[in-house]
Amino acid sequence: MMFETAMFGIPQWLWTIGLIIVKIAVVLGAVMLHVAYATYFERKVIGRMQNRLGPMVVGPYGLLQPIADGIKSFFKEDIIPTNADKPIFFMAPVLGLMAALSSLAVVPFFNHFVIADINIGLLFLFAMSSLAVYGVILGGWSSNSKFSFLGSLRASAQVISYEVPLGLSLVGVMLMSGSLNITEIVNAQSRYPGGMYITAQWLGFFVFVVSAIAETNRSPFDLPEAEQELIAGFFTEYSGMRFALFFMAEYTGMIIMCSIAVLCFLGGWTIPPFVLKLLPFLGAVPGVVWFIMKFYACMFFYYWIRATLPRYRYDQLMAIGWKVLIPLALANIVVTAAIKFLLHHGGQQ
Amino acid sequence: MINQIFFFYFSAVIVAMSLLAITRRNVMHGVLYMLLLFFHIAGLYLFLNAEFISAVQIIVYAGAIMVLFLFVIMLLNLREDIRKKQFLAIWPMGLLVSSGILMVILMSMLTIRIGASGIWGIAQIERVTQTAAVGTVLYTQYLFPFEVASLVLLVAIIGAVVLAKKRIK
Amino acid sequence: MIPLNWYMWLSGIVFCIGMFGFITRRNIIIMLLSTEIMFNGVNISLIALSHYLEDLAGQVMVFFIIAVAAAEAAIGLALVILLFRNKETVSVDDLNELRG
Repeated sequence: MMFETAMFGIPQWLWTIGLIIVKIAVVLGAVMLHVAYATYFERKVIGRMQNRLGPMVVGPYGLLQPIADGIKSFFKEDIIPTNADKPIFFMAPVLGLMAALSSLAVVPFFNHFVIADINIGLLFLFAMSSLAVYGVILGGWSSNSKFSFLGSLRASAQVISYEVPLGLSLVGVMLMSGSLNITEIVNAQSRYPGGMYITAQWLGFFVFVVSAIAETNRSPFDLPEAEQELIAGFFTEYSGMRFALFFMAEYTGMIIMCSIAVLCFLGGWTIPPFVLKLLPFLGAVPGVVWFIMKFYACMFFYYWIRATLPRYRYDQLMAIGWKVLIPLALANIVVTAAIKFLLHHGGQQ
Repeated sequence: MINQIFFFYFSAVIVAMSLLAITRRNVMHGVLYMLLLFFHIAGLYLFLNAEFISAVQIIVYAGAIMVLFLFVIMLLNLREDIRKKQFLAIWPMGLLVSSGILMVILMSMLTIRIGASGIWGIAQIERVTQTAAVGTVLYTQYLFPFEVASLVLLVAIIGAVVLAKKRIK
Repeated sequence: MIPLNWYMWLSGIVFCIGMFGFITRRNIIIMLLSTEIMFNGVNISLIALSHYLEDLAGQVMVFFIIAVAAAEAAIGLALVILLFRNKETVSVDDLNELRG
């Protein structure tokens, strides 16, 4: 750690704990700000793509819109359906947001800035993203309403199916870097001649992007919400602050998926070595700038997809997941493993 | 000292959650207590230097098996069954049998002796990282059981599809 | 340092709670949950032994047990769905057609 000796008479373990708390505060603050303004930029971007202006009224260019939305949802009445299973109804949005936020603990935003640098970082991210479905299922089940129920049935089937290709698509990255530690994966990419794993793992990246969109229930795979059929899907019965919690969980989930894409496929906070050789002055730019630029590009991609593609039918969604993405991901793993074996052993045991 | 406090916390919650899970009238609540139980067992595994297994515990048990349970509970209309009696009439007999077996297990543990140590001490595991260590053992020493496990899962997939499919006449 | 016996006792207690649930509950879904609790009780003892014996065989065994538990849950729940479709109940008491 940075503080080897006791400073100002304060023991070292206290420094460590204090440092972790400061990091948690910084990460939470930054992510919550991004969640608020992700909604603003989504409305702006989609507005522009549909020849509208998007929010313009509150503040200059509508910049204060997210704050107004937050205040509104905070002060709205909290409606609880009569036949709801109350404890589960209260718990569901909190559980969803908790699962999304706890994955932030292992995401490194730039070199050495990570709350918990653990060896099984990628597995931890899988574990937490597989828990995100609980908020959806329990919210839909406990509200005791047809629309919520259908939405949560769809969501659970969809999320279970797409977890498989999501996990398999990252196995190629694990094979290439030989590690599950995310910092180590990024460092391995900066040593790799191609610079980013997307060059060798383009198939894995494609599978990852499609299943990440399905996993976060975003359009064109937003069947669990499907406004035209299910009103709002699993959170039809939620209002006020609890509704806002579901919303925050969804956008935090998007932020996590974009971060994984940037860290595992796009080189994280590093830039490819051949670019650095051509333009050496780029090395002076701090790593966090590269991370944020790649991250915003991924978020923009989410909005772009949403504005462009119509929603899939449910059987099409399942067919893509099971019949296309999983075989593609498995083929990617076999090819990657075979190439790695040939490069390291020259074809001999 | 701090180790023991954590051990007592985890084991108290594990025992309480498993008791709650098997006594709930509403199956949904039982499943949620099971979820908490799995988290605490995963925490216990971290204490025993089994970080890979603890992640697998969360991913498979909490992320897949319990979601499967929730899915089935949502598909079935259990409102009638919740009102029925929950325990068999002879439940004191069950209590007697299981506490008897518990006594046997607890007493037999007193005579346990640890045998010769293997090669995977903490220092060795730290050197190669735990996931790599488990992978090495799994793919060399236990390769055949691993293949059999994949076959078991394949049978389960096919069996579940065949059983749960609607008969089309 | 925690003695090995504590872990083994904990594992025995969890196993017996699961067994109690399995032999006394009528609801077949809770019975399946109880088997999962029993699996977990065994897993705790295997992981503890693997740590104290400094051998990874226990962890590999737990890996296989988790695989088998997943298979068991899938088949068991498929049976529950089949049962509910034919008998409209999940209570094992109502399944008494074979009574002699």
